[in-house]
Parts: sequence; C-alpha cells; structure tokens
Amino acid sequence: MRLEFEDVSIDIGPARIVSDVSLRIEQGEVVGLVGPNGSGKSTLLRSAYRVLRPVGGAALIGGESVWDMSAREAARRRAIVTQHTVLDAAFSVREIVAMGRTPRKGAFDRDTEHDHEVVERALDDVHMSWAARRSFATLSGGEQQRVLIARALAQEAGLLILDEPTNHLDVRAQFEILDLLRNLRMTTLTALHDLDHAVSYCDRVAIMAEGALVAEGVPAEVLTPELVHDVFGVRAVLDTHPITGRPRIAVASAGAQRTDQY
Amino acid sequence: MPRIRGSRDAPSRGPHLVAGRATILLYAVLVAALVAVVTVAVSLGTATLAARDVWHVIFSHVVGDTGGLDPLQDQIVWDIRLPRVLVAAVVGAALSVIGVSLQALVRNPLADPYMLGVTPGASFGAVLVMASGSTALQGLGVTGGAFAAALLTMIAVFVIAQRGGRLTDTRLILAGVAVGYLAVAATSFVQLQTSPNQLAGIMFWVMGSLAGTEWADLRVPATALALGITWLLTRGRALNALMVGDDAAAGLGVDVHRLRRQLLVVTSLMTATVVVVAGGLGFVGLVIPHITRLVVGAEHRRVLPASMLVGAVFLVLVDLAGRTVNRPNELPVGIFTAGIGVPVLMWLLLRARQREGA
Repeated sequence: MRLEFEDVSIDIGPARIVSDVSLRIEQGEVVGLVGPNGSGKSTLLRSAYRVLRPVGGAALIGGESVWDMSAREAARRRAIVTQHTVLDAAFSVREIVAMGRTPRKGAFDRDTEHDHEVVERALDDVHMSWAARRSFATLSGGEQQRVLIARALAQEAGLLILDEPTNHLDVRAQFEILDLLRNLRMTTLTALHDLDHAVSYCDRVAIMAEGALVAEGVPAEVLTPELVHDVFGVRAVLDTHPITGRPRIAVASAGAQRTDQY
Repeated sequence: MPRIRGSRDAPSRGPHLVAGRATILLYAVLVAALVAVVTVAVSLGTATLAARDVWHVIFSHVVGDTGGLDPLQDQIVWDIRLPRVLVAAVVGAALSVIGVSLQALVRNPLADPYMLGVTPGASFGAVLVMASGSTALQGLGVTGGAFAAALLTMIAVFVIAQRGGRLTDTRLILAGVAVGYLAVAATSFVQLQTSPNQLAGIMFWVMGSLAGTEWADLRVPATALALGITWLLTRGRALNALMVGDDAAAGLGVDVHRLRRQLLVVTSLMTATVVVVAGGLGFVGLVIPHITRLVVGAEHRRVLPASMLVGAVFLVLVDLAGRTVNRPNELPVGIFTAGIGVPVLMWLLLRARQREGA
C-alpha cells in the first residue's frame, strides 16, 4: 500500500508546524523520517493517523486521502505504532494484540477462529507468543514495543507507520526492533531519532527541519557531512561498519577534534 | 526505566483472576448472587419473612394469580420492598456501568459521575425543574432537566479541564470537583428558596437515598440501563482502543471525537435517570469498576457486564444495611457507599503505588 504526502501543511493553533511536505513511500519500501526534535516529524505522521487535518494538501493511502475515507477504512489500510505508550490498564498481551482486529469487526461481530489465528500469528511474528497471557504492563520496554507491532500486524494493513519505535529502549532491544521491522517486509514509514539507525536499516531516508522536508534519498547519499551539520548541528562522517559491512554514520559535536586525551 | 532482561523466566501470571471460558461461570455466579441478595433484602426488615414466602408472593404476581396471598405479606413484598430492592439493583448496575464508561472516556481510573460533577449537575437540573413554575422547564420533565444539566455540566468540566485539546488528570478532577460543588450549592439554594424547611430534601440530592422508591421509579432507569449497556457492548472494542491513547485508537480505526461525544450523551442520560430516583449517590461508579477489573481485567466486553452485576449486588446489600443496621431509623445509602467507597479507594491507591514502587 503506497503512502503519499502531497503538499501537506499543518497548523497547530496559530503555528505552522509542517509546511508543504511532499513525500512518497512506495510499495515495499522502508523509509526513515529523521530530523531534530520539533522538526515536525510526529506532526506529519499524525496527518496520516487521521488525527490532524492538514490546512493544505493531504496524506494519501492507496491513492485516497485519509480524510476522504472513514476512520475504519483508514485503519484497514495502515497500522500505527505510536510513541512510547504508557498503559495502567490491566490488559493482557493477547488482548492488546486483539485490539488490532478492531477495524475489521462490526459492532455485533464476535471474535472468530480467524481472528484468533491472526492474533496468534502476529504474536509469533514478533516472537512474543510466550507472553500471550502476561500483563502488558509487566513487560520490558522492548517487549512492549514488539507487542504493539504485533497489534499493528493483526490489523492486516498494507502499510506500517511508526513514531520513534526505538525510543527508551536499551541497545539490544533497539536492534531487535529494527531487525524485526526489516524482516516484516512491509511498506514502512518510521520516524527515527538515531541517524545511524536510518542509515543502516532504511531503503530511503527523508530529512525534516523546521517543518519542511529538506532532503530525501538513499541514506548514504543524502546524509552528507554538510547536510547533517546544517540540519542537526553536529559533525558526521559516513564510513563502513566494521561488523556488518554496511554504511554507518559516526557523529560528534560540531567542534569536535581528534585528541588523544579528553 | 531499566528493566531486567529474562522476565521470560518469571512465572507466567496473567493479569486476570478470571479469563476465557471461566468468565461465563463468573457471570453465572454473579447472577445467582444477585438473586440471593435480592431475596435476602426483600426478606429482611421490620417484619422478617421467609425466603419461600417472598418467592411465593413474587411468583403469584408474575403469573397473575394473587388471590390466595396473605395481604400483609403481599403488601410488604410486592408494594414496599421488592420495588425498592430492584431500584437499588438497577441504580447500582447503572452507576457501575457509567463509571466504566467515564473511565474510558477520560482514560482515568479516578473518573466517577459524582467526582466529575455530573451527578451534582443532574441533581441541580432535577431540582430546578421541580421547583420551577416555568411551564417551559416543566415540559422537559424532571429526568429531561437532569439530563440537560448533566450534559451541560460534563461539557463545562471538559472545557475547563482541557488545555490545547488535552485533558490532564489533575485538571479534570479539579474541574469536576469544582463544578460539582457549584452544582451542590445551587441545588441547595433552589431547594431552600422553594421549601425552606426541607433539609431532608437537600440530603437526598447530596447523599442519595432509596427510601420510598416505588414501582414507578423503576421503569425509566431500567430502560436507560438496558439501552446503555447494549450500546456500550457494541462499542466494547472501541472502548478498549480508547484506553491505549487517542492516537493509537485513531490508528485502530476509532473515530475518537465521535465516540467521546456519544459517551458523553449516553453517560449523562444514564446518570440523569439514576439521580432522579436515587439522588446524589457517590463512589459506586468508582469502586465497582476497580474491583471488577482486578478480577476480569480491562477488556470492556467483560468489564461492562461484570461491573453491572457486581454493582447491582453491591447496592442491594448496601441499601439493605442502610435500612436495617439502625432500625427503625434509616440511614441514607450514600453514607454507606462513601463509607465503603473511600477506604476501598485508598486501599486501591496504596496498592497501585506499591506496585509502581516494586
């Protein structure tokens, strides 16, 4: 399922948060959305959540504006993993994943055998079947994130949108989530706060600054030292990762020099 | 927040005491408990009757053959106690269901129609219509006035509590309590203006009471409860989604704003019908959903019916206590709901804090 942002502009109160962003995510691509805090990444994503209505332009899923379809229809086309969910309610892991069936069920429909299968398969895909009966709140951050991805999978949507899925996770859990997202082979747009994650895991990267899209393309080509300096205010060097052999980005503070002692 | 890896090895404990097929059994137990407490509540009183006699009277009325009944027993059971006990059951059930709905509406376990100011608001509307000479207001009817005032109160609380479209816990509770106090003051004022000697009337609107309820009081709240719970159950999945956050709910295809508006109307309507027959009863909507969730978890398609039954059993028992512990005087049922509700609330809060600290 293709996702397009067409000249999207979004105001929150009097402030223009996103201006004239056009971005297209093709079937099967994993695209990373990066930018400093406050650059409008989450706001742009929320236009595709059908939460914020753009003042100009539109977010299109499968060629249709999300605001021209019902909330349910939108949820059959795209699934969302929001930023860091805090949940006090005593839901079990299986119940959380079963919520993914919401857009597929009418008001009077009961859960069917098919629903159970979809839920179990989603849990299995994220390697969380062992925790199905556990309370969601008692899981670690990385485990919770995997469960939320399973909920998104249970929607059986063609498009996955995530907002900083590795936030607040320890380093191993971060890589587990990123590996998982790559292995799902879904059309994916994900906001990322770590440039290196964008470089090593995304087919393409889109860079936002002050509400505008400033660059997009293959990460290793787009994230030049000049651009990273201009947008993020840090020094950056692209080289090859000694373990994976894939491109990686090393960053340091803007005035950093090579020294032997600190 | 660092967590220790290897939670995989921890004993696999589910969040619910009762899950899956056992839920059906739980409903059966609760229905049986309700029948039992209704029987006990109708039996006990100034004159204590045998359960067999109670059911004989009820059965005779149901089949329409009341010829052979002892007139005194008939009057005690059918005219005095049974309607009151059934109203207690309906009111307890409705308040619990309203509590569950409001807690989902504001995503806050502290939500309760009394604390959010809806109950006092509905009381004010009811009193205003009763006291008013205006035919326009009279035309609304007491329940209509209570409903309009409840809806307006809830909207006022939301407008005061929200900032930039977001509701924060503290602001919500503060706004609810503040608007509630205002409504209580206004209710007392209107009451004292119209009937200066009726302090007991004020007690009804502030504390709640089921004294003197009749068959006529049963129909409206029972209908509202039946319609309300049916509609809410069809929205069970959406209510679950609402608990995990607005954006996540939108991601799951829930039209969050529309659902909130609908919940606002449904809970206001149910609250109004309850307030008109039972006055300003507090804490039922807070305590019962909490206790029920401890047993069945947070899934609304289980919490709603289970809370409804638990709430019914609870209020029948509490009302029984209200009219028997201090015989022949009757204590308002609200004293008991607060007396039980507040310690339970504090216990729950302490438990929650301990669990967070652990």
